[in-house]
Amino acid sequence: MADRQYDARFEHLLRELAPQVLGAVARRFRDFSSAEDAVQEAMIAAFTQWPQEGVPENPRGWLIQVACRRMTDQMRGEIARRQRETAVAAETENLASLLEIEADMDADDTLVLLFMCCHPALTPSSAIALTLRAVGGLTTAEIANAFLVPEATMAQRISRAKQTIKASGAPFRLPSPHERAGRLPAVLHVLYLIFSEGYTSSIGSHLQRFDLAREAIRLTRNTKTLLPENAEVAGLLALMLLTDARRAARNGPDEELIPLDKQDRYLWDRVEISEGIELLTAALAKGSVGLYQLQAAIAAVHDEAERAEDTDWPQILALYELLQRVSPSPMVTLNHAIAAAMVHGPDKGLQLLRALDADPRLASHYRLDAVRAHLLEKTGDYEAAIKHYRVAAARTTSIPERNYLMTQAARLAGD
Amino acid sequence: MKYILMMAGTKSDFEGYARWSKEDLQANVAFMRTFSRELKDTGVFVSTEGLGWPSEAKLVRAGKNGEPITDGVFPESKEFLAGYWIIDVESPEQAYKIAARASQAPGAGRKPANMAIEVRPVLSGHADLGL
Repeated sequence: MADRQYDARFEHLLRELAPQVLGAVARRFRDFSSAEDAVQEAMIAAFTQWPQEGVPENPRGWLIQVACRRMTDQMRGEIARRQRETAVAAETENLASLLEIEADMDADDTLVLLFMCCHPALTPSSAIALTLRAVGGLTTAEIANAFLVPEATMAQRISRAKQTIKASGAPFRLPSPHERAGRLPAVLHVLYLIFSEGYTSSIGSHLQRFDLAREAIRLTRNTKTLLPENAEVAGLLALMLLTDARRAARNGPDEELIPLDKQDRYLWDRVEISEGIELLTAALAKGSVGLYQLQAAIAAVHDEAERAEDTDWPQILALYELLQRVSPSPMVTLNHAIAAAMVHGPDKGLQLLRALDADPRLASHYRLDAVRAHLLEKTGDYEAAIKHYRVAAARTTSIPERNYLMTQAARLAGD
Repeated sequence: MKYILMMAGTKSDFEGYARWSKEDLQANVAFMRTFSRELKDTGVFVSTEGLGWPSEAKLVRAGKNGEPITDGVFPESKEFLAGYWIIDVESPEQAYKIAARASQAPGAGRKPANMAIEVRPVLSGHADLGL
């Protein structure tokens, strides 16, 4: 499967079509799990055949037909696994049912899929994998590669996720407006995790891995198109764009991490920043001020500063105070302490950190020591700063973070 | 044939590493990146991982009902795996050559740390034909 030859042009078309086809077939056969497998096989067939034979006149219809054929073959218990073999010719006996299927399709099918894949019974990594496949149209190999696990492992993860959904008895329909309000946060969280995974991976692995950050942005855009009035979705998209805009400046020539205040802002993508701010402004105008809008607003304040020293820290501090009321968490408290330090001095920040010492969620989290070290350095207490940088380095599970923190300690020790 | 190349150190080796100068740290990181890239370019690379600090290591045994009992107490002399590479090569000699290259990683004061790299065959899942 990894050696498959295909044209990048088809890739884009196939990914856009994948959830539509899956929606149609799942609705028809009332079996999301088997439909998902069948659509996967249809996609692989398309990847193999279209480059040689050209894109069919009705590519979506072609995919639906092939997937349906797979479903009925399976149901008749024929020989499994005819690798990459498909029927190409449109048989007239199938034409009528294809028309029926296409007539039945609903613009909301993709939204239904999104809600299904972010089912509350699934673990985050299962939901992410299933969303990327069913809604994103990625192949198992691409998803495995993106998360650095063997393909067989990823295939199993997806298979089990579908079994969980099947066992839950979830019907193929949009959750009711009431259910939706409860389930949308899970959907947005999955999309955010996909973005985060893509954005924080190192440049080296970036070049070899599927661009998850771009994919998250694409999926969130599609979600926004399906839920145009929803301010949280718009806020999430804004947050992604405002964060992604800084991507080129995040890593140095040796792939080392560069903190925000040291980044070369000429490398920031001003087009993405503009779009993010536009989206954010529109979302805030709707009146609701949720988690993603606030995080986007903070990102916007950073992105609007021409130089690090121009950053409007009082604004950021005010936003973190609001965030603490709307969606408190130890991470928010940590970030609030940093902002407070920038406005009121490092001692103020350190004072706020002391409140976190008793919080079991942060007890051995590397960020508490990292932030403390950073603030101690600002107060001039180098010895204590070095100690905390080293503790943070020992506790982090990220190699680039570890290198960064050890380098900070070494820098201070060498002065 | 696959081989695993392992780098290990005692707690005090790790602590020593944490006290290297900024330049020494950067030189070591750069070497490791180049080394991994060489393995990939020559088509022998299978995998590589860096492991967490010894302070994060736990020993786990099953308790009465199968629940995990963890403890983090190790003898001072214990060698902790720092990381490994798995390579796929034609012969053990080729594996040793590559391990020697890893051993050239620069250490404190920019001198080669000349670490000892443990090399072990990785067993395959293939059955022997016995021919």
